[in-house]
Amino acid sequence: MTDMLVLKNIHKTFNPGTINEKKALINLNLVMEEGDFLTVIGGNGAGKSTMLNAVAGVWPVDEGSITIAGTDVTGLPDYKRASLIGRVFQDPMTGTAASMQLEENLALASRRGKKRGLAWQISKEEREHYREELKTLDLGLEDRLTAKVGLLSGGQRQAVTLLMASLQKPKLLLLDEHTAALDPKTAKKVLDLTEKIVSRNNLTAMMVTHNMRDAIAYGNRLIMMYEGQIIFDIRGEEKKNLTVEELLRKFEDVSGEEFADEKSLLSK
Amino acid sequence: MGTIILQASGLNIGNLFGSFPAGIAQGIIWGIMALGLYITFRLLDFADLTVDGTFSTGGAVTVMLLLAGWNPWLAMLVAVGAGLISGCITGLLHTRLGIPAILSGILTQLSLYSINLAIMDMKANTAVSASKTTLAITSRSIPSAILTGVIIAAVLIAAMYWYFGTEQGSAIRATGSNPEMSKAQGIDINRMKVLGLALSNGLVALSGGIMAQFQGFADVGMGRGAIVIGLAAVIIGEVLGDALLAKKLNFAGRLAFVVIGGIVYYLVIVIVLWMKLNPNLLKLFTSIIVAVFLAVPYLRAESKASFKKAGRNAVRRQKEADHD
Ligand SMILES: Nc1ncnc2c1ncn2[C@@H]1O[C@H](COP(=O)(O)OP(=O)(O)OP(=O)(O)O)[C@@H](O)[C@H]1O
Ligand SMILES: [Mg+2]
Repeated sequence: MTDMLVLKNIHKTFNPGTINEKKALINLNLVMEEGDFLTVIGGNGAGKSTMLNAVAGVWPVDEGSITIAGTDVTGLPDYKRASLIGRVFQDPMTGTAASMQLEENLALASRRGKKRGLAWQISKEEREHYREELKTLDLGLEDRLTAKVGLLSGGQRQAVTLLMASLQKPKLLLLDEHTAALDPKTAKKVLDLTEKIVSRNNLTAMMVTHNMRDAIAYGNRLIMMYEGQIIFDIRGEEKKNLTVEELLRKFEDVSGEEFADEKSLLSK
Repeated sequence: MGTIILQASGLNIGNLFGSFPAGIAQGIIWGIMALGLYITFRLLDFADLTVDGTFSTGGAVTVMLLLAGWNPWLAMLVAVGAGLISGCITGLLHTRLGIPAILSGILTQLSLYSINLAIMDMKANTAVSASKTTLAITSRSIPSAILTGVIIAAVLIAAMYWYFGTEQGSAIRATGSNPEMSKAQGIDINRMKVLGLALSNGLVALSGGIMAQFQGFADVGMGRGAIVIGLAAVIIGEVLGDALLAKKLNFAGRLAFVVIGGIVYYLVIVIVLWMKLNPNLLKLFTSIIVAVFLAVPYLRAESKASFKKAGRNAVRRQKEADHD
């Protein structure tokens, strides 16, 4: 088994030296193996998005190293890491270019991390390939290849973003509350699609969610974050047998915080 | 009504139609300038004020090289190069030094004023005569000027249609449409911004070079307000394109309408001048046109759904409820 992601002693402090100083990640360590589907839970401000942003390279970390599939990416900005990473964001608007056509978006994604030269942006074969891929989403999008993505619904756009993240198989798929902006029914559809895409492409994925039931139901491993650290890490059979109540108790044990307070934050 | 005004001011309709061909030729040149502006304004979503300077730079470089005996096409090619560099500088000020977009453009534009004077040996105005020099385009022969202009515009539209359909061109468009998404797809958005600004200003410099030949001189102030005129062309073109062909327009079609927008804009100017408006008031007039065209879509949306309207509706319902 290869390690797909290694986070070693990561520190990140926002606004250091000011009254707004916030230690968002404190000596964070995490190793993900190939094929791991990791769900991440934790209260607001626990550092979940900060961890994903550190991996994606939105800004440099203060200390520590980040290795993706054997490549040390600590010193690389986001666009240079993009060949290794697929991302789906919380806001459905973020993942796609609204004023461009559906097929243009897909073409942009299938060239992730490649040199963009003066060849035509989409070939005929690619277009057929996209049509096939879109069919698997089962949203009728295969007939709307030339529609502007801005015309699609939030759920459709998240599904397209997922497809875009997997067209050029990434070493790591980062999902930050990617169903939080969707209605429950659509959220479920997108989650199932996520699982389908992850297993079909045998992807290594990290998914942040506020829904404890989803965190337990999806993936093979679960971590809980609290104040910039991972306070709980469970996998395999043990994870499958978890209950929401158990998770909340664990949280109470480790953080020493009131159960009732965090319950509302965590379980939603 | 129209005839009364015409008679009252003693205007001659024959003069008006007589000046249309020259107006069309100038309109095409402004339309070419607008093609350049389209890249920053519409594709990159970057309000680039460099263009006022680059238009003059294009004129200055072209005229000086013509006076040095250069072939006009080669002279314009060098002008394009000067425009590319100017655009690069604005792009680097913005992306490498973190200077806000508008200010980056203003800084380059202002410095170009000095540079343009230097190019023209510190003279504000340099003439080039069609009788002594070979020009690519001149107002002495309007029909061939129009033909040359149309050919240049057509070639540029074809080139832009091709380029912005390539992987690189679509990366520029993606950068303008959604920078966040572009980075996630591995696009170096800073590089794309610099590239787009360079290409845009290259085209603007080219149009400046064409204009200088057409009018027979380069002037350090010839680009003043170019951005507003370019915007006028882009917006008039879009409004016309939407009205006439609605959604059926592809990218090349939209670009063609930008050039048509330039022609329409300039014909309006011709009419206004013919109505004896003081030419010094032209810039005021142009700004008003652009402000109106920019405001109309906003106001139209606003009239459908605004806080004021919502407030009025609420008050009215309340009153109705009180009556019951
Ligand atoms: N760019 C930033 N600048 C300053 N502070 C930040 C920034 N990003 C995050 N923070 C702070 O770091 C802490 C961790 O934030 P983060 O977004 O990682 O939390 P989270 O676990 O994703 O929470 P949520 O569930 O609300 O999304 C918070 O206190 C937040 O205010
Ligand atoms: Mg978050």
